[in-house]
Formats: sequence, structure tokens, C-alpha cells
Amino acid sequence: MSLRIQNDHARFKDIVRGKIKQNLKHYIKKGELIGKQGKDKITIPVPRIDLPQFRFGDKSKGGVGQGEGEPGDPLPGQPQDGQGQPGQAGQEAGDHGLEVDVTMDDLADMLGEELELPRIEPKGSKLVTNRIKYTGVNTVGPESLRHFKRTYKQALRRQIAMGNYDPNNPVIVPIRDDRRYRTWKVETKPQANAVIIYMMDVSGSMGEEQKEIVRIESFWLDAWLRRNYDGLESRYLIHDAVAKEVDKDTFFHTRESGGTMISSAYRLCADIVDAEYPVADWNIYPFHFSDGDNWSIDDTRLCISLLRDRLLPASNQFSYGQVESPYGSGQFIKDLGENLGRHEKVVLSEVKDKDGIYQSIKDFLSAGR
Amino acid sequence: MPRKLPPEMLDMQRQIEAYARAAGLDMFDCYYEMLDFDEINMVASYMGFPVRYPHWKWGMEYERMSRSYEYGLHKIYEMVINNDPCYAYLLESNAMTDQKMVMCHVCGHNDFFKNNFTFQHTNRKMIDEMANHATRIRRYIDWYGVEVVETFVDRCLSIDNLIDFNSPYIKRKRKEEDRGTTQPPDKKRDLGLLPTSREYMERYINPDDFVAAQKKRLEDEAKKQKRFPVEPERDVMGFLMSHAPLEPWQVDVLDMLREEAYYFAPQGMTKIMNEGWASYWHAKLMTEKAMDSSEVIDFADKHSGVTATSPQNINPYKLGLELYRDIEDRWNKGRFGKEWNECDDMAERRRWDKQLGLGRDKIFQVRQIYSDVTFIDEFFTIDFCREHGFFSYEYDRKRKQWIIDSRDFDTIKTKILQQLTNFGHPVIRVIDGNYENRAELLLEHTHDGVDLDAGYAQDTLRNLHAIWSRSVHILTAQDQRRLMLSFDGSGFHERSV
Repeated sequence: MSLRIQNDHARFKDIVRGKIKQNLKHYIKKGELIGKQGKDKITIPVPRIDLPQFRFGDKSKGGVGQGEGEPGDPLPGQPQDGQGQPGQAGQEAGDHGLEVDVTMDDLADMLGEELELPRIEPKGSKLVTNRIKYTGVNTVGPESLRHFKRTYKQALRRQIAMGNYDPNNPVIVPIRDDRRYRTWKVETKPQANAVIIYMMDVSGSMGEEQKEIVRIESFWLDAWLRRNYDGLESRYLIHDAVAKEVDKDTFFHTRESGGTMISSAYRLCADIVDAEYPVADWNIYPFHFSDGDNWSIDDTRLCISLLRDRLLPASNQFSYGQVESPYGSGQFIKDLGENLGRHEKVVLSEVKDKDGIYQSIKDFLSAGR
Repeated sequence: MPRKLPPEMLDMQRQIEAYARAAGLDMFDCYYEMLDFDEINMVASYMGFPVRYPHWKWGMEYERMSRSYEYGLHKIYEMVINNDPCYAYLLESNAMTDQKMVMCHVCGHNDFFKNNFTFQHTNRKMIDEMANHATRIRRYIDWYGVEVVETFVDRCLSIDNLIDFNSPYIKRKRKEEDRGTTQPPDKKRDLGLLPTSREYMERYINPDDFVAAQKKRLEDEAKKQKRFPVEPERDVMGFLMSHAPLEPWQVDVLDMLREEAYYFAPQGMTKIMNEGWASYWHAKLMTEKAMDSSEVIDFADKHSGVTATSPQNINPYKLGLELYRDIEDRWNKGRFGKEWNECDDMAERRRWDKQLGLGRDKIFQVRQIYSDVTFIDEFFTIDFCREHGFFSYEYDRKRKQWIIDSRDFDTIKTKILQQLTNFGHPVIRVIDGNYENRAELLLEHTHDGVDLDAGYAQDTLRNLHAIWSRSVHILTAQDQRRLMLSFDGSGFHERSV
């Protein structure tokens, strides 16, 4: 049954969606959303959505309560940071904006609409996943799948019909014909596999701010690719002069120092791809973030040949994001541009600061590969 | 779908209403409907009415309620509408004891709606009226489009606290009538001078300074007549309805929303009295008549939940209930009047009992002729305040937290009254509809120590501007500085005055 309020409710949700979309640019550059990520929902603070009225400011108002305490004592039960009017928080939830839960998929869709991102056409959707689903009961089957309750019910039914059931002595003995077994079906579903390989330069020149940019940007890239592929895998590589694979947490929080040999990361990445992700079945997205300060020209040359010969043929798209840093020379992106700029699978993007994230995401994802 | 009551509950209703009538309550006929939690959330979002005009704010309220219901944070027990016949809703999943208690509670509300003076002007066929409003607004949406109408409704709702809550209770003398009469100007009479036939007495009977003062008064009056509006107007909604350049449908929408605002106003003016009265009667009827012994624990649990006190705000159920009980007790024992007030012998005051037995009559009278402000003003006594442990709290900017500020009776009472005056909304009046002779709108906030919320004020000005279509200004104060906030359609301005 649908209630009359559903229309109003849907209208409200539309407005909330509109608000989020309207402010997406603002959310993208703020890292705070990432912390609020739940399992598959994300809580977004939406700017005020209630109806404005002339009303009193909170702080000078105060109020009256009842209970224990001497003048000067802190008011019991107030929020720890002391913000907001106590007690009325529950009644006036809309007071200072609203927190709405949005699924990651919805958020990715909004990102897609806002940035006008094309849908990704996956390759290798031949792969099927099998899932076993129990669909009903049958009179034959393996003993391990015997349905105990249904079997006894059937036996009871039979005994009552045969007239040998005594309610005062309720003994039920199933015979062969009473046995019931679960049956199943195998469901097949085509699935496209995708893996994102994040590589980050953690040499001394990458500071906290640069890493924050990488963190925010990869959150959104992840959201969008996840929307397009079920079961997206992510791998994280960090490198200075040598590369190694780390977990997500380490990826965003380590601070190494030392020189930079980008080729080490590309080699490791290519090795992982060769070993674990057969090109025919996987959509592979390497992303590399660096401040563009490579150790030597020789190494840059090595990088280019690694890319050309090993990584690019395997990948859907190779994305290089160069984060501006006060120490880096920013040479690497120019070298890549000169040598591989025309290559259709290469996307290069420079991120100056947090405001640049928005454009950079657009650069990376607008090809729809 | 709403369901009629099952027969056993109809019997229960009949019995409880019989008890209530026997106890002296005077009620409209009452119809109960059973709703499941989804439906009751819907009706509650619609503020108790089954049909309201389409608007997203109901959806927002519904979302909030459903969510807090799912999390187990709150549960609606009862809802009752001021209407004749009175409609009330019961939550289907409640236990029988709860339903019984709710019915007793509803009897209290019902009697209050029918008898309290603040409700006398309200439309008692409001369910129909609300449905009519819904139909009309739906029709405008069909004609002009949902965006257009909704935007306008948003703007109207953003000023729906700017009405003159007291106006339904005031009969103003109409001055307009004698304005039409044309008489030859009589300078002497107009000036209010005393007649005398002896010229040499003139200076003594109408001394010069008196004549000058009268002249000035007359001039001021003439100036005032030219002002627009003549007197500052608190009914901003009504003022805009008559004077803003609006389409006919917009006037109609504004009119409907204004009518709804006036309909709900008395419920805001009598929150403590109304809930207190209902709580008084559910306690009385349940404990003395309706309840059987097996229900005592459940009832006590629910009742103590309803009347729980909190350090952060006043529970109107509790405060009202205790005040009625206090009044009943005082009038039973004769603890009122000059003699009582002047007695400062504590021992004697404690013993004081004149066995007058006037308590019941008194509370019935109180529920009829008081509203929250007068109720608190008259019956919130120092003894009552101390006995129930009231305190006032403030925000301590240095410690960045709320602290208990005082247990002083006058401070507390002033604060409660301040919260109740104009329902805790700022008092705002139109003082000039032709400001700067440019047909700009000038409002004035009567500042009583609490500043307006600046962010909200800006957004409201923006909405007002959209209705008035020329610049709007409001005089207010911020941090002890008089200032005028303006919105001219493109930007906000602030200047000291």
C-alpha cells in the first residue's frame, strides 16, 4: 500500500539529491566525507534545508531545566563540545543542516552526472560467477541436505492420515517417502573484473598536503569505478627508490624519504599484472601519483619503455596525476607528454591544489575506458 | 488504511468517556482511528491531519520520524485534532493499557479544546478546511507547475510565524467610520481647547504651552495618518497579503497558509496548560476509575516516562500537571489571597488548611480562562519553583559549555515567561511599507535581549524580498549594537543606526 506521504517524501529526497549535487564540487575537495564512510552508505552533511524564519540565535538564549546541581556546574547531558542548544537537538534536528545517508552508488551516479562522465564499457565480460541458490524441496537428494522440519511435518501428516498418530504419545517416525531434501539451482551471472593499482611516490618531496590530495582523489576514483564494476579490487604500491606493495592504510599514511625511481613502481606493477591479472579477463587501471621529480633521465627512459611495452598493452587506461609540490621539478609529466602524449590509453593530469581535484577526476574519467 | 475501533475498544472508549463526563469534563464527540506505525508517522508529519497540501517539508518530517522510530528513539502514542467532532489516533501495536491511558489523555485534550478561551475562534471543521486547502494548492500546481507553486509556498512558510497571535482576541474600535464624516474644520475643537466666551480668560484657560502641545499632537497625528501602515502591524503575513504585488492565486495561497498559522497558534499558546491538563486527567481517570490492578506497573512505567523531567528543558506535561495539582491543593486548603500571601510564619504556612475544597472548581476555571503566559505568571510560585528544583542555564563562552546559571526564582520565572512570550518567536512588526518613499518594506524587531540568528535572518529577508518585490529591511540589534539588515535583491547590507 502506498501512503499519501510518499509523494512528499520523494519530493524531499529529490531536493536533498539536488542539494548534494549542487555542492558536490565543495564535497569533492573536502576530505571529511571519506571519514564518514560506512559499509555501503556515506553520511553527508547537507546545508540547511529547512525553511528559514526570523528566530533567536542559540547562544544568547539559554533555558530552564529541572534537577540537581549548583550554579556554575556544567549542565548535565550536554554535548561534549558544548555546541548547539542542548536538549532541543532532538526536536530540531534540522537546526544546523541535515545529515543524510547516501549509498556510494548514488554518490557515484551524482559524480557521474555532475562531471558528465561516460559509462565505462567493460571488456572481458565473458567471465561468469556461479552462485548456488536453494530454491525449493524435493523428495530425493543427498542426506546432507535433508530438510528436517519438512520431513517431520510430512511424516506427521502421513501418520494423521493413516490414523496411527496419538496426540497423547506424539511419536513420529519418518519413513523413506517422508524425506524431503533441499534443491538448488546454479545461478550464473556475467561479471566484469576490474583492478585499480594505485602507485604513489612517497619520496621526501611528497608532503602531507600532497598525500591528502592523492587520498581524496583516489576515494572518488574508487567510487566511480566501483559503480561500474562489481567486486573491484584495489592494490596499493608505494615507491621511493624501490617499490613495494602495502595495504591501504599504509599507502595513505607512510612517509618515506629518499630518492625517486619511478621505474621501480612500474616494474612492480607490471609484474603484478602479469602474475595475477590475465589481460583478457581483467580491466586494469593503474593510477600513478607523484610530484614529478624522477631521479635521472635514464630512469625516465626506462619508465617510458616499461609503460609502452608492458603496462599500456595490458591496461584499459594508464593515468598519471602530478601533484604540485614545492620541492619537485615537475619534469616527469613533460617527459611522459612528449613520449606518450598521443597514446590513447595515457591520461595525464596536473593537480595544483585541492581545488584542482575536481578537474583532475574529470580528466581521468571522461574517456570512459 | 485507518481502521475503526474493534468492539472491545469501543466499549472501553464509552466507559472512559462516561467516567470523564462524570468527573466534569465537557467534550466534543470523539472518533478514534487505529493506525500502524507508518501511517501514524505520516499523520504526525501532517501535524495530525489526514490530508495536507503537497509539500516536501512533510516528507522531511516523515523521514525524521520514521528514522527515529526505527532506531527506537521515539514512539508516538497519541494524536488528537482540535475539530468537532474530535479525531484521535491510536497506534495499533500499543498494549491495551497504553490505549486506555491514551484515551483518558485524549479526553483531557478534547475538553481543553472545547473550553479554553484561546481555541474559541478556531475553525472546528478544520479537517475539511485543510483538505480544501490541499485541493486548491494541488489545482494551482496543475495550472502553474510544481516548482513555481512550491517556491511560493516555501516563501510563505518562511514568514508564517509573523502573524499577530493575539489579534483574534482583540476587538478593535473602528476609527475609520468617523473619518468619512465631513465637517467644517473647527480649529478650536480639533486642538482640544476648552471653550470660553471671555477673551481675557483665554490665556488662563488655554495657556500658550498647552496650545503648543496640542498643536504638536495634532501635527504628529496628521503625520501618522500619512504613515503606512498607520500603526505598526504585527500581522506581517496579512499586511503582505493586502499590499504586496501578488497574483490572485498567490494571494489565495498566502491566505490559506495564514489561516492555518492562526489555527495552530492556540496550541502553541497553551502547550503547558493543554498537555498538563491531559496528563492530569489521564492520571486521575486511570488511577481512580479505568485501570484494573494488573495494569498498575505498565501504567506507572508509561506515566513516569511522559512526565520525566530533564535538566535541559522543561517538560510541559510535567510542569502543567504539577501546576494543576498545586493549584487544586492550594485552593482546597485555602492557600491563596491576601492572608496567605502576607503570612511569613513558615510553621503556620505548613499547617495552613482552611478546608475550603475549592480546588476542583478552580482548576476548571483555570483551564478555561488562562493561556500559558498568564498561567505561569499567576501560578508559578516561589514555593513551587523550589519544590521542583528548577534552575536556569546559560552558555558560558569562556568555558565553551552550558552551565547552570542560577536558582533564583525571579530569573527562572522571567526566563520561562520569555520563552513563552510570542511562543519564543521574536516580535517583528511592519513599521513602514513605503520606506524612503520608495515602497520598500521596513520591519522592526522588538529586541528584548536576545539577538536574531543572522543566517536565518538573511534567508528570511531574501524570501520576504521575493514576495514584496522591492528592497526589504529589518531593524534589530546584534551584540548591543542597533543595526539595520537589508536585502535589495542582489546583496545583503548591514548598517548601524
